[in-house]
Amino acid sequence: MTRIVEVRGLRKTFDGRHQQVEALRGIDLATEEGEYLVLLGPSGCGKTTLLRTIAGLEQPTEGDVLIGGNVVNELPPRARQVAMVFQSYALYPHKTVLANIVFPLKAERMDRDAREKKARWAADLLGIGRLLDRKPRELSGGERQRVALARAMVREPAVFLLDEPLSNLDAKLRASARDELKRFQQRIGTTTIYVTHDQAEAMGLGDRIAVMDAGQVRQLGRPRDVYDDPADTFVATFIGSPPMNLVRRDGMLVGFRPEHLLPAEVVGAGAVKIPFVVDRIEYLSGDRHVYGTITTLGEATRVIARLPSTVTTPLTAGETADFAVATDRLRFFDPETGDRMDAVPLEWSQP
Amino acid sequence: MTQATTATRPPATPATGRRRLADREGPLASLFLLPAVVYVVALVGVPFVLAIGFAFSDVTAGDPSYDWAGLDAYRRVFDDPVFWQALRNTLVFTGVSMVLIVVFGKVLANILIADFRGKWLVRFLVLLPWTTPVALSTVSWLWLLDSIFSPIDWLLRQVGLLEGNMYWLGRPSLATASVIAVHVWRLVPLAAVIIMAGLIAIPRDIDEAARVDGAGFWRRMFEVTIPLTMPLIAVAALFGAIFTFTDMAVVYVLTRGGPTNSTQVLASWAFVRGIEGGDVAQGAAIALFLFPLLLAAAVLILRAVRRMQVM
Ligand SMILES: Nc1ncnc2c1ncn2[C@@H]1O[C@H](COP(=O)(O)OP(=O)(O)OP(=O)(O)O)[C@@H](O)[C@H]1O
Ligand SMILES: [Mg+2]
Repeated sequence: MTRIVEVRGLRKTFDGRHQQVEALRGIDLATEEGEYLVLLGPSGCGKTTLLRTIAGLEQPTEGDVLIGGNVVNELPPRARQVAMVFQSYALYPHKTVLANIVFPLKAERMDRDAREKKARWAADLLGIGRLLDRKPRELSGGERQRVALARAMVREPAVFLLDEPLSNLDAKLRASARDELKRFQQRIGTTTIYVTHDQAEAMGLGDRIAVMDAGQVRQLGRPRDVYDDPADTFVATFIGSPPMNLVRRDGMLVGFRPEHLLPAEVVGAGAVKIPFVVDRIEYLSGDRHVYGTITTLGEATRVIARLPSTVTTPLTAGETADFAVATDRLRFFDPETGDRMDAVPLEWSQP
Repeated sequence: MTQATTATRPPATPATGRRRLADREGPLASLFLLPAVVYVVALVGVPFVLAIGFAFSDVTAGDPSYDWAGLDAYRRVFDDPVFWQALRNTLVFTGVSMVLIVVFGKVLANILIADFRGKWLVRFLVLLPWTTPVALSTVSWLWLLDSIFSPIDWLLRQVGLLEGNMYWLGRPSLATASVIAVHVWRLVPLAAVIIMAGLIAIPRDIDEAARVDGAGFWRRMFEVTIPLTMPLIAVAALFGAIFTFTDMAVVYVLTRGGPTNSTQVLASWAFVRGIEGGDVAQGAAIALFLFPLLLAAAVLILRAVRRMQVM
């Protein structure tokens, strides 16, 4: 399997006016052929910087960027065979949609007929064929995004770099654009690195997700792995909404997802029983989000339980209910480093 | 008790209270505009009307009495080949300077927006020619281009490119080039600052998108940067043109229009005829010739600025 894009020991330090900003602190990452790799992380964690370094718009302070197996640190962006879609789309405002799309082909000195044909092919693929004569300012956000995508794809790059391309769209359009983006990538099969801070986007689009924080990759894995087996407490609480509950208990943190804290009667055998003091209940799209406190598992901690609509156990605020978590759903973390620990049997310590 | 006092006290901000002068925008605006209006009328309007009056009269320095003379002054102006030479020179100086001002202004603007150590010093030095008075800086050019003591000649001699002297201001072609050079030197900073404003306004990611799209330096410049700064480049060009077109200080100080009128421009020729020669009517007629051309330039500037706002 060829590694289209790979970064090794990548560091990037910006020399600010007053202090240095370490935007990337040693990143190792490699894409697989044709995969959709999502960089997910909170604002300011270095996602854009990583993408820009791969594109050649920033020079790494340390480490290497490889494209197609060759170190490209010294190559300018135009020699790197990458196509980038910017968060702002960065369409050329003075050019028509057609001129925007053919621009990269013009730079490649493709002849006029061939490039127009290719631009029309891309435009039709993305459903913007009738907008070719318009200027970018005469387009809606979703149309602009498609023009930016068309401009990126006509070059047939080795890799697409997409920096939060959906963040300018409203929630409804975002959902349909996400679906469209995924189908589009599956059709053309180009390796894609996609930046987002929206976990729903990451879970929905990514073949693999790299969860980043403070300039480091915390975990790299399939959406399932990242969700079910978080590598540390950062990933555990960053992904999932509501996030994973963490309870401190002598020498470790015990974590479980809100949807796994359920009334004892619906959890089968092999579970840890937990009395749950219910405090407040919210109804959110059919689910019940139950806020409350547990005291027996470890230190008294406020936690959230998410009951699907199929669980109809009556609950009242202010009362204590019998809840439980299946033991195979429990995750253990080191309270000092936050790193994942091996599972520990808990049953015997039940009161 | 407290109720009684509040009841008798007048409301804090009386709705019926008289508005002060500072609250009334209409009269205030007129008041603030008045100095500007007086200034424009006294220093632009009156001379302009006077010039029109003089151009159709027979007023001279020796005989200031006003008599209507119709187009007599214009006839005299047009019969004089020097006028046509001055008109041609004016257009050549303006055209060539304008092109050079824009080209160098663009280059300088690129330097000004670049990020490097000590850029404040470079910016300061670059803006210096624009901030010194024209007559003053032209005097130093007079020395630089002196027929015998020119430091430029000295330098060329030292390098071995020249024997003797160039006589910069003594030969028609060199004098023309010198006048254009001084105009360009003096107006490039202004153009650079105007174009710089346009360059700064280009979003950074548009330039970066062009880089990733595979465009090299020249393609980015001609297909992205220049089209996006076009309105401001037009403004810079037209400012350059107007300042060159109307200026007489440079020509007057450097060459006095010589040698043999080969650098004479309309403004200096109007001065020579009207003030030095005493034929006020003819001077006014020549000077008025500038007006329609200036008007056209001003209209073009305003249209360029409007287009910029639309974008
Ligand atoms: N040109 C720069 N100069 C100095 N610091 C910078 C520069 N660019 C980014 N940074 C800093 O580097 C860090 C990472 O920035 P980056 O733009 O990569 O974050 P991000 O993950 O893309 O965030 P967001 O989700 O908000 O876009 C931030 O702390 C930012 O302040
Ligand atoms: Mg970003």
